[in-house]
Amino acid sequence: MNIVVAMKQIPDLQQIRIRERKPVLSGVPLTFGLIDKNALEAGIQLKEAVGGNLIVVSAGNEELEETVKEALAVGADEAYLAADNALAGLDSSQNAQILAALIRKIDTPDIIIFGEGSGDNYSGQVGTRVAEILGLPSVAYVSRIEVKDHTARLVRSLEDADELIEVQLPCIITVLGDINEPRLPSVTQVLKAGKKRREVFALSDLGIELSAKTISTISDLAPVSQRKQIAVKSLDELLNVLQTEGFLRR
Amino acid sequence: MAGVLIYSDKQNISLELLTAAQLLKNGTGAKINALTVNNDEQAAILSGSGADVVYKVTDADVSLADSNIIAEIVKQAAEKAEADIIFLGSNRRGKELAGRLAQKTEAGCLTDVGGLALEGGTIECTRNSLGGATVARQQITTSKKVIALSPHSFEAAGSAAAGNTLELDIMKPDITSKLVEVKNRSADAVDIQNAEVLVIVGQGVEKDDLVHASAIAKALGGEVACSKPVATDKKWFSEDFIIGLSGKQCRPQLAIILGVSGQVQFTVGIRDAHVIAAVNNDENAFIFQLADYAMVADSKDVLAGLAKALS
Repeated sequence: MNIVVAMKQIPDLQQIRIRERKPVLSGVPLTFGLIDKNALEAGIQLKEAVGGNLIVVSAGNEELEETVKEALAVGADEAYLAADNALAGLDSSQNAQILAALIRKIDTPDIIIFGEGSGDNYSGQVGTRVAEILGLPSVAYVSRIEVKDHTARLVRSLEDADELIEVQLPCIITVLGDINEPRLPSVTQVLKAGKKRREVFALSDLGIELSAKTISTISDLAPVSQRKQIAVKSLDELLNVLQTEGFLRR
Repeated sequence: MAGVLIYSDKQNISLELLTAAQLLKNGTGAKINALTVNNDEQAAILSGSGADVVYKVTDADVSLADSNIIAEIVKQAAEKAEADIIFLGSNRRGKELAGRLAQKTEAGCLTDVGGLALEGGTIECTRNSLGGATVARQQITTSKKVIALSPHSFEAAGSAAAGNTLELDIMKPDITSKLVEVKNRSADAVDIQNAEVLVIVGQGVEKDDLVHASAIAKALGGEVACSKPVATDKKWFSEDFIIGLSGKQCRPQLAIILGVSGQVQFTVGIRDAHVIAAVNNDENAFIFQLADYAMVADSKDVLAGLAKALS
């Protein structure tokens, strides 16, 4: 069975500083999003349960071969990468197009796992866009995965209900950020990661005409906090505040 | 401007989408179309709340759990209504639908949109970016647009003169998934997004003091919520109670935040609250930058004291 996990190269959000309301991205290392790591862990657990080959797909700039090392160390067997500086800052529709092209390079992908949303944009549309491009069924917000006899039994967790869904492979799923606790690689795994197979494609190798951006960003600024920031010194003062603001019941 | 189509299977969300659509109509004259699937009651309500035309699909074989089929129905309804703009709810169901529908209709798509404005006849959306560190103003540049609006970003539409209701026949694609079982969460489950007052606990709060947090919330007519680690690491709450980027974004009248450091992944979920009071024992905690009332104190003392005073 071929288990595919799609991961997005993003700036390390913890290291982004704001200067004059603008995010400073230069010098910020690139990594994979946190929920993408849950998707990878879900792939590893599925491989442990049913066997198979675990392949990471990702699009990003030329540093992507470096970014993907961690995923290979943790448990992916190989990586299919679209690494091209022309691929930095893609929008969701373009990302979906590239990932679909990469997945087409894999012989018989059986289950393709995405995180519910990327760490930076958290738009949550790429997984289902790829499903539509490839003509595959999809189930999002999955909190449990079982695969048996070419059928996936999945629990989709909505805000007010859990749905048990059966779908034939191949299919695409997106998993919730709390589906599992991602493992960390051992030192030996990190050392071996560099030797794992990586298929690296430039944009021109993918055989697609990248469509134009569908989103234009007018501005992207840190919100201005217009809070009063009044110091409260004691419990009595806090109770007074609640009274004055009208929150204490009469 | 071409028409707008709104769809959500949740009645309250669909009424909020109608309010957003009314903004477009007022600014551009866009006709407001609504879609319902196997829900006559919702069709009647939307028809009486400002939708010019409600398209009703009635087909017992259609399951809301099959996002491919629903996307196909929404696409066909938009074609019938000549609507280039589709508003969905940005709950999980809506977001799952958004990507599939956008790809089917060759539309640009934005999800988790918290605000809409018309700038020279073009729709400008505001949404969080970079994990909530920034707020982006964005436009969709394709003629077809799919926009998923965050729940509670708009008021629900009130009653208005009745519009037309039309039955819509659809061409169904093959069924690709089977819904085996649905487990509803209990009916009395708390939705922290509906609470007027939230008492929010973070990692600086001890488990023994949660009882005080509950008492304070109860006394103020509100609910208790938490930061993500309190649910995912400590498991004191289920994920339904998480405030933040990957939890819920809430706009209560009052938020009392205790023992939360205030990283952006958290604050994005509460920064639109009307009044914020924060308690933390670290005077340099980020959370104070977001606070109307800032109290440097031990959460333990404040929880116990406030619970006692309000009892």
